[in-house]
Amino acid sequence: MSVTTLPSRGAALHQPGWLARLFDYKPFLIVMCLAPAVGLLLVFLTYPLGLGIWLAFTDTTIGQRGIFIGLENFQYLLKDPLWWNAVFYSIFYTAVATFGKFALGFWLALLLNNHFPFKSLIRAIVLLPWIVPTVLSALAFWWIYDPQFSIISYLLVDVLHWRDSNVDFLGSPWPARFSLIAANIWRGIPFVAISLLAGLQTISPSLYEAAMLDGATSWQRFRYITFPMMMPILAIVMTFSIIFTFTDFQLVYAITRGGPVNSTHLLATLAFQRGIAGGELGEGAAIAVSMIPFLVFATLFSYFGLARRKWQQGEAND
Amino acid sequence: MTDVAAQSSNVASATPDTMAWDSRARRVVMIYLPLACFILILLFPFYWMAITSFKPNAELLNYKEHNPFWITSPTLAHVKHLLFDTSYPRWLKTTMVVAIGSTFLSLFASTLAAYAIERLRFRGSPYVGLGIYLAYLVPPSILFIPLATVIVQFGLFDSPLALILVYPTFLVPFCTWLLIGYFKSIPYELEECALVDGATRLQILWRITLPLAVPGLISAGIFSFTLSWNEFIYALAFIQSGANKTVPVAILTELITGDVYQWGALMAGSLLGSLPVALFYSLFVDYYVSSLTGAVKE
Repeated sequence: MSVTTLPSRGAALHQPGWLARLFDYKPFLIVMCLAPAVGLLLVFLTYPLGLGIWLAFTDTTIGQRGIFIGLENFQYLLKDPLWWNAVFYSIFYTAVATFGKFALGFWLALLLNNHFPFKSLIRAIVLLPWIVPTVLSALAFWWIYDPQFSIISYLLVDVLHWRDSNVDFLGSPWPARFSLIAANIWRGIPFVAISLLAGLQTISPSLYEAAMLDGATSWQRFRYITFPMMMPILAIVMTFSIIFTFTDFQLVYAITRGGPVNSTHLLATLAFQRGIAGGELGEGAAIAVSMIPFLVFATLFSYFGLARRKWQQGEAND
Repeated sequence: MTDVAAQSSNVASATPDTMAWDSRARRVVMIYLPLACFILILLFPFYWMAITSFKPNAELLNYKEHNPFWITSPTLAHVKHLLFDTSYPRWLKTTMVVAIGSTFLSLFASTLAAYAIERLRFRGSPYVGLGIYLAYLVPPSILFIPLATVIVQFGLFDSPLALILVYPTFLVPFCTWLLIGYFKSIPYELEECALVDGATRLQILWRITLPLAVPGLISAGIFSFTLSWNEFIYALAFIQSGANKTVPVAILTELITGDVYQWGALMAGSLLGSLPVALFYSLFVDYYVSSLTGAVKE
């Protein structure tokens, strides 16, 4: 490498043009370096975020500029049983799916932390559900949940003879809700397991050895070493998981589109249905904005998780 | 950890010859059995997807005479229908263009940003870093409605260019944080040497820092590619004409026609749409795992 830098270095020394000097001027360089990233984020993230909050207070529809109507959208939502239904299901979906993902994902991470043949291959396979497009695996689940030709029904009815009739996965509210949660857990396990596995591998074996010398049982070692040591990474992964489960859109849109009788609407799918499909941009934006308090809560959770990690490492800052 | 546990319980309890059997049986029940169940459940939808795409319709809808878990006479009819009777190749092309375009755009933006934050160190650089990190916590679900109006204002509605410009909003924060971590691991002395030798800052970035950060760039690149290939909600909201749709959106909105679902074609479409990322993934598994865990740890 040093050989290739020589000629250009010479060139830079002999003729430091005004352009080269400008780009070596640190404040200018900092601005130039930050401009693309910050510009993209400001135009396509910060501005729409502000615009979304503004839209929530207007009666904008597609093709018509709205006027400021104050809290009317929100007052309307508070009286709307569908919105309450979506709030309920969003919280229920997030709570049950997050619990399932973390219980099963942590278990899978503990399993993967052992030594066995083909370890790296198995680890690669485990991540597959997370890699493929969610909508496409959701379609596979839709087909698995088919009322007539569901493979699960076939197993239960024709192979195991546990049931007499096919399972109606998506036809009535509660089975549909749980079917969606199952698909979400299936999709979320790999991310949780692989992230937690990385955390598990940073725990020093000497801690376990010390505990074993003191006669700790395997449950005590899990409870008093593994779990507390995993707390910081658990908090971060859980925050991400909660945020992206609560605002999930793809799975529900692909499998049920909010049906049957609007029982599986999440706030995001309801916002899409009202805002884009129905054309009521203002109302859709109000539904989207009503998700923000939950996200702020989750972010604060993340912040305290991070703060605790720093405190544990005994560092003032990174 | 578990085999140590097995050993310790045996030392406490038993004679040497039962010990070997006990620990192996225990290992099978405690590790291999649950692991096998996990893998079976995690992979089954893909198996089901693959087997459905090659089944003739007669077998697909008749479980009484054909075992649904296997194909007796495999057919390429669904794939053929997909490739020649629909615009599937065109959707694949659009998706590829969008994914590659947004990946390069976000790699460019986030490399420069990460370099400025980590190496040019100015007052307030940690706050810029934190701001970019916070951007990652804003999910697309609350942005797509106002973004749709912004896209219309810019005259980009129904154009793949809109997606290329919008996807970096969730790619740049991730890539920037990943690359900050990589830049941190490069010794500062290397840059100092170059500065003493009279290199400009951009030369240092281009000739010293970037070549050393190649693993990080690959991680960020494949991650961005995967995320933009899989993106759904923006593509659904911003693209209207059938020809410009990306694969995930097009399968859901264009292939489902009428009340009778053509499961063979739908599953073939899903399989083909998953293959590029799956192939990509199999080539770069280690980078995926390291970027995933690196970003979480960061």
